[in-house]
Amino acid sequence: MIWNKEMECLPREERRALQLYRLRRTLRRVYETIPAYRRRFDETGVTPDDLHHLEDLQKFPFTSKNDLRDNYPFGLFGSPLKDVVRIHSSSGTTGKPVVVGYTREDVDIWAESVARAIFCSGGGPDDIIQVAYGYGLFTGGLGLHYGGEKVGATVVPISGGNTKRQVMLFEDFGVTILACTPSYALCIAEMMEEMKVDHSKLKLGAAILGAEPWSNSMRNEIEQRMGVKAYDIYGLSEIIGPGVGCECECQDGLHICDDHFIPEIVDPDTGEVLPEGEKGELVFTCVTKQAFPTIRFRTHDISRLTSEPCRCGRTTMRMERISGRTDDMLIIRGVNVFPSQIESVLMQIEETEPYYLIVVDKRGTLDELEIRVEVREQIFSDEVRKLEELQRKIRREIESVLGISAVIRLVEPKTIERSIGKATRVVDRRTLENGPETGGKAS
Amino acid sequence: MKLRQISIFLENRAGRSAEIIGILGRAGVNIRAIALADTADFGIIRLIVDKTDKALEALKNEGITVKETQVIAVEIPDRPGALAAILNILGKAGINVEYLYGFLDRVEDKAIIVFRFEDIDQALRILTKEGYQVLNGSRVHDM
Repeated sequence: MIWNKEMECLPREERRALQLYRLRRTLRRVYETIPAYRRRFDETGVTPDDLHHLEDLQKFPFTSKNDLRDNYPFGLFGSPLKDVVRIHSSSGTTGKPVVVGYTREDVDIWAESVARAIFCSGGGPDDIIQVAYGYGLFTGGLGLHYGGEKVGATVVPISGGNTKRQVMLFEDFGVTILACTPSYALCIAEMMEEMKVDHSKLKLGAAILGAEPWSNSMRNEIEQRMGVKAYDIYGLSEIIGPGVGCECECQDGLHICDDHFIPEIVDPDTGEVLPEGEKGELVFTCVTKQAFPTIRFRTHDISRLTSEPCRCGRTTMRMERISGRTDDMLIIRGVNVFPSQIESVLMQIEETEPYYLIVVDKRGTLDELEIRVEVREQIFSDEVRKLEELQRKIRREIESVLGISAVIRLVEPKTIERSIGKATRVVDRRTLENGPETGGKAS
Repeated sequence: MKLRQISIFLENRAGRSAEIIGILGRAGVNIRAIALADTADFGIIRLIVDKTDKALEALKNEGITVKETQVIAVEIPDRPGALAAILNILGKAGINVEYLYGFLDRVEDKAIIVFRFEDIDQALRILTKEGYQVLNGSRVHDM
């Protein structure tokens, strides 16, 4: 079933015409209403009138996460706050977090995108969707929630955590679709086994999983252990949240809602737009949103695009599942983590350049973050109590900055390998069959 | 009156203390007293040695995290109840003991307790007033 057949199956030329129309309107609007965009356009020497064809989009400047941060909190809003009905925020990085806003129409575009994703996953009004994404400033929970209500499904807003109860509600409510991060899905699968709940006796049929990169082998594992078909959903709050793209039953790339979000693939080093089918960095432009119309946002996610119509009948652009990152960002339990955030916490505590190693691993099904900190003379106390206090302080600070807990290990100096003067800061032991090991380097 | 103690940070893993103590042996440093505090992850070795400067230099050259701290050594009788007595006095005076360890004097037939205090000068005043023999540094380092 296709939620919005008109838009999702629009012939290619009509789709492009619609995109061009909406893009032109959006470029004009941001140029006229958002000074930061006008400045960037002027610096680059372009005006909205330079857009004649869709391909002219590449003349316009990129927007980076730093641009969003520099305009914290509302500097890139295209609507006055009185028209903004919702705020979301992505995890804080060094300094300020990124804040995004939605008008009532934007919330509806978002719900529309997620509605398409739910239909892609075989869902509909007869389904009971358990939303086990976190609710709050993170877009996961409310995104799936509004999409679920939009298609007329029954939404169970349980949020993340309380895993036993998640399983209990599968049984008691007859839940048919689970929405959460892939690692949490595995965690629930484990709990099902522990509670001796036979998945063949459940009505659960699909899982809509996203907010962190995952591999095909992980998909197979989830599908087998939960007795579901698992669909990859993509999104980011800077664009709208979950629902920017989602897999259909063919599981052959994610259908992008490209009547709302125009994708490009660029060379991460040069910024050149790459021909269709080539692997590179995903860039998105929002062409319908009012409150936060991001232009050419660099996602740092690596993928490739195809405009080949899908066997399911949809004609949208499809993106390959994310195979890696172009920067050193780690996604741990669905939360974006930059090594620089950890570094700045340690820097404040140690008042000197810290030596540390970030080790990300799977403990059971969940990601575990361990930070090894070299104990050098300036932080060494010969009292156990004080060292343990230091450990607790680092853990507290890290948790308040990242929003996730970490294991802090104090280690001897020089035990963290140094390569050509610079230390390797990240060891990611979670294996992603598609992606390279994220070997972030010190900045 | 104060003693120079060397504190060493080490990870809790097999063979590590042997490696560190080995450095001192090779440097010709003799250990007078030693104590090890440990947690699940890490430990702290505390040492009184004959050649403190030489020991510090050798350890630092190996890139080991060391710290010099001041402690005092008090001579007490080698019999039941003697340690309790001195701890009682300190407790009553409100002196906080961070840690302590002891060893026996081979010559004098006494017990020697090494103390680390939060307020070392205050502790010294109390102990001297109470008639305890606080050993001077060279006596212990050269034992």
